[in-house]
Amino acid sequence: MTMQAASTEIASRTASIIDEMKGLEGPLLPILHSIQEEFGHVPKDALPVIADGLNLSRAEVHGVVSFYHDFRAKPAGRHVLKLCQAEACQSMGSEAVAAKVKQLLGIGFHETTRDGSVTLEPVYCLGLCACSPSAMLDGEVIGRLDDEKIEEIVAEVRS
Amino acid sequence: MIPRIYIPADSGALALGAEKVARAIEKELKERGVEAKIVRNGSRGAYFLEPMVEVATAEGRVAYGPVKPSDVKSLFDSGFLKGGHHKRWLGAPDKIPFFAKQTRLTFARCGINDPLSLDAYKSLGGLRGLQNAVAMAPADVVKQVTESGLRGRGGAGFPTGIKWKTVLDTAGAQKYIVCNADEGDSATFADRMIMEGDPFVLIEGMAIAGIATGATKGFVYIRSEYPHAVATMNKAVAIARKAGVLGLNVLGSPNAFDMEIRVGAGAYVCGEETSLLNSLEGKRGVVRAKPPLPAIQGLFGKPTVINNVISLASVPIIMDKGAAYYKDFGMGRSRGTIPIQIAGNVKHGGLFETAFGLTLGEIVDEIGGGTASGRPVKAVQVGGPLGAYFPRALFDTPFDYEEFAKRDGLIGHAGITVFDDSADMLKQARFAMEFCAIESCGKCTPCRIGSTRGVEVLDKVAAGIEAEKNLALVTDLCNTMKFGSLCALGGFTPYPVMSSITHFPEDFKPAPARVAAE
Repeated sequence: MTMQAASTEIASRTASIIDEMKGLEGPLLPILHSIQEEFGHVPKDALPVIADGLNLSRAEVHGVVSFYHDFRAKPAGRHVLKLCQAEACQSMGSEAVAAKVKQLLGIGFHETTRDGSVTLEPVYCLGLCACSPSAMLDGEVIGRLDDEKIEEIVAEVRS
Repeated sequence: MIPRIYIPADSGALALGAEKVARAIEKELKERGVEAKIVRNGSRGAYFLEPMVEVATAEGRVAYGPVKPSDVKSLFDSGFLKGGHHKRWLGAPDKIPFFAKQTRLTFARCGINDPLSLDAYKSLGGLRGLQNAVAMAPADVVKQVTESGLRGRGGAGFPTGIKWKTVLDTAGAQKYIVCNADEGDSATFADRMIMEGDPFVLIEGMAIAGIATGATKGFVYIRSEYPHAVATMNKAVAIARKAGVLGLNVLGSPNAFDMEIRVGAGAYVCGEETSLLNSLEGKRGVVRAKPPLPAIQGLFGKPTVINNVISLASVPIIMDKGAAYYKDFGMGRSRGTIPIQIAGNVKHGGLFETAFGLTLGEIVDEIGGGTASGRPVKAVQVGGPLGAYFPRALFDTPFDYEEFAKRDGLIGHAGITVFDDSADMLKQARFAMEFCAIESCGKCTPCRIGSTRGVEVLDKVAAGIEAEKNLALVTDLCNTMKFGSLCALGGFTPYPVMSSITHFPEDFKPAPARVAAE
């Protein structure tokens, strides 16, 4: 697909999401979540379409997208692994867990492995504070991480 | 009667392998040709016992836990469907000391049944509060809530009834009820547990708030880190709507109330009420200056009640059993019960609902059973990332809004994180500043710049560069942040920082001295 065709495709899929949701009160966040679900990220080409559809300036839309940690400017890896780094997990050694995962995957936080298999992110609390240290792999929760579980996770994302 | 097996589907239980246990039990039932109904309940909150499987027997429920998939075969061999003995046998759930010592008002039903069964909800007293409310004048509902002494469980402790009265007394063609379910504080999971384990109690509380204030529309703003809570709440709202609990005629009354579930996008600061309102409106989650109060100009500029999940979920029992019943629990100006979340490096972690007034020491040592690592407790952070670190010397502090304030702390959303003696308090203080820098919305300077400078200055202290001078600088900076920030993020970050410096000065000594001291 040429670049232009790709951007037309994004625009039309974005437009149909907007059509569906613009009747909501305060529709921008639900629309952005839907777009990210559709494309795996919020493509730059979607922003002017959103601005048009909601009668906002492009700057306003950009401001909102860039404010929130969840919205990605480019696609994540096939798996997304989030490691909790907040206090309760710190008290149970989350820092060592992160160091081990980083070493095994060869990437740091906010990075994706070169083969595109996994993106690693810190998260500040998954509400699993009585089962620390915790993680979330593609939306699935994992508690009381230990070496065995870490190796299992790494094997799974690598396969 | 077909035996019933209860296996929690709460996130915490899932994180500890409940799904694998459920599959193992299904497989075993099939292989043995035994018929049984599996119910996926919420969690009762004893995470050191999760996954906690229960069976309904003629003598009542019998619990087993923590169950591993490898235990399943032997559980069946021991006749667990009839409550037979096994190494995981715990007996009747309400007799387990962790539960027996609690006073469960808000969490009375949480974890007992299928959270999406409205019939089960009603069978345990659900909807009685709402039924009473629809038969009352709005001002009388507000009066009940005010008299109960209920204060905002999100952390600020503002009297809920007074907030509601302001909205009731403010004229507006449209008013809103907004539920703050952006539970971002580390050590807290009460909101998540209630949304996953007893979602109808929150819906009922919001409907009562609507009727009391004249609001017809509600929003629950749930953080995106809670996908299970979002899914359960969405299903529960659809069920409530179909059953006429929500809609144009709430429980057949002339009152209209409906609600929507909204999902946050990973910004901690959106747990601050005005920033949450901006986010709901589709804006950057930037804090608004107050006044105007949200009760007067809130969501889309309309009068808005914004309450935490637990505040709203505590309303149904107040409307069911009366203000006096609720007020009877607690101490001083902290009335009713509080779900304390015991987390971090602790042996018996979980949710413990009790009347206000237990001391911090009782919570950590007696209920929590000390550290999971078996090492001595060094510090306990109470109230999440913006709460103070308490040393053992302050363990006599009773769990009460005012008592904690007197000791330069806060109870916040009632989460407590236990740290053992391996904790480095300089590192914890630095993290508090770093977290504030990551999550600052950027609107006010003390928070935006102060937190970054705080990290730098604490790094100098750690490196032993003019430690005394730099500690004085941090203290001064904390003062500026505390009194100059627009909201609690910048305003309360000084709590963990200053409490670390005050109570654990040995951790802030220059590096050579620290080595020499060890």
